[in-house]
Amino acid sequence: MQIYLPIAEVSVNAFLLLGLGGLVGILSGMFGVGGGFLMTPLMFFIGIPPAVAVATGANQIVASSFSGVLAHLRRRTVDLRMGVVLLIGGLIGAGFGVYIFNLLREMGQVDLLVRLCYVLFLGVIGALMFVESLRALQKSRSGKRPARKKHNWVHGLPLKVRFRTSGLYISVIPPLLVGLLVGVLAAVMGVGGGFIMVPAMIYILGMPTKVVVGTSLFQIIFVTGFTTVLHAATNHTVDMVLAVLMLIGGVVGAQIGTRIGVRMKAEQLRILLALMVLLVCGKLALELLIEPAELYSIGSDG
Amino acid sequence: MRIARALILLLLMALPAQAERVVAGLSQARVSITTDFSGSEILVFGAVKREAPAPEGADLNVVVTVAGPSEPTTVRRKDRRAGIWVNADMQDIGPAPTFYSVATSAPLSEILSPETDRKHRISIRRAIRGVGVTDNNYIDALIRIREDEGLYQISDRAVTLQQDTLFRAGIALPANLTEGAYATRIFLLRGGDVIDRYDTVIVVRKVGLERALYTLAYDQPLIYGILSLAIAIIAGWAASAVFRYFQP
Repeated sequence: MQIYLPIAEVSVNAFLLLGLGGLVGILSGMFGVGGGFLMTPLMFFIGIPPAVAVATGANQIVASSFSGVLAHLRRRTVDLRMGVVLLIGGLIGAGFGVYIFNLLREMGQVDLLVRLCYVLFLGVIGALMFVESLRALQKSRSGKRPARKKHNWVHGLPLKVRFRTSGLYISVIPPLLVGLLVGVLAAVMGVGGGFIMVPAMIYILGMPTKVVVGTSLFQIIFVTGFTTVLHAATNHTVDMVLAVLMLIGGVVGAQIGTRIGVRMKAEQLRILLALMVLLVCGKLALELLIEPAELYSIGSDG
Repeated sequence: MRIARALILLLLMALPAQAERVVAGLSQARVSITTDFSGSEILVFGAVKREAPAPEGADLNVVVTVAGPSEPTTVRRKDRRAGIWVNADMQDIGPAPTFYSVATSAPLSEILSPETDRKHRISIRRAIRGVGVTDNNYIDALIRIREDEGLYQISDRAVTLQQDTLFRAGIALPANLTEGAYATRIFLLRGGDVIDRYDTVIVVRKVGLERALYTLAYDQPLIYGILSLAIAIIAGWAASAVFRYFQP
């Protein structure tokens, strides 16, 4: 069934969009990532203009994250206090990130920088996570329980707050900084930032993996919601028909994903996430290294 | 003196056009884009009107062109820099039609002289003006990419001409249409020159839900954005509620 999209001005298959939305929704519910890194390239692939893909993707992520968060809230796997602290840092960071983005655009080659940023960050994070979770998995197989609460520099800072859901008593400074950093990267790279947020919460803040997913989704809702309204108001690039088709798939997928995630071991979840990060990184790296079949591309603006 | 000579030349060129004229019609002058729009086929039909018997010699041919609204277009080219492929150069093409279709009764190169093509901008290459473009590779790339997407079409012998009098042609409009006025031209050709032309317009317009959403997005962007957000939140909540109902 072909559907004509009023803003994108292309005709696409409705079932294809439902399926794509569902797939990304499952990943979102399982790993606590928005899925923008996956959704946006998929939308390019089926012929939706990049600007519309980015803005509408943000709208779809709001829906699947919200659906996922509700499922996590009932399981009490959302640290609301931590989420709010991260969000405050994130919004400040996003504002700063937009400023940097515009600065880079004036210098030209922002596209290249964003891609290199992606490859570098995804590569490093994916590799570290993969190695760590593989070790953790081997340890848990051999029967030893890993010591979860490690004391590092994070625990020596002032302004300590108790984050009951995460079982942490740490300073608010590290979560604020993590939020800030993710906010900057999210704005520059045009994604919700779940990919960087999730590993940062696990490894820097020492939060338990199960809580991390729900908390990450919680803050993604606000970041992407803000992005959606901003894109709609300034660029007119949110396509409601496209968004509705994808989010129907997305919200159902997120519910299924959450249920899969709960049944899995934390280490397995982390390994899968690490593999996915590496996969996306590899794909982006190949795009930069292999000669494209069509060297030319059309842009509609001057 | 020059003007006078040009006037006489124009008059001489106009004379044969008096002998044979083209009259044409469209199966539909309006294309409505609805939610389930998946392209449309428009039939262009017409006849050649003569006061005198058809002249001997050069064959009569008909060319139909449909051009979508023009947009300023930029073409970028990737190049290898320090081992990686990046957008290295770009070229402003200027306004180029978002859709362009040429249907002919015989291969265009055989029935159209380059001068006439330049004057009437009939072929795809001429329809894209490309003022000030020095490197033709960029325009070739634009044509190649749009041809692959079905937005630029050249259909030789798609116009059926009967007894040098009646003609018809089916123009396929793809699903990926932009809104606007589609200038439709019907040329009568003899010996490489245009002897008469007929201009009309196909109006492509979004209707119903498509129209409403498009208008809202541009006239009330903030409300549109908040509405999109609200739909997302409600959908997220609804899915969660449904799943809880089935899986307590």
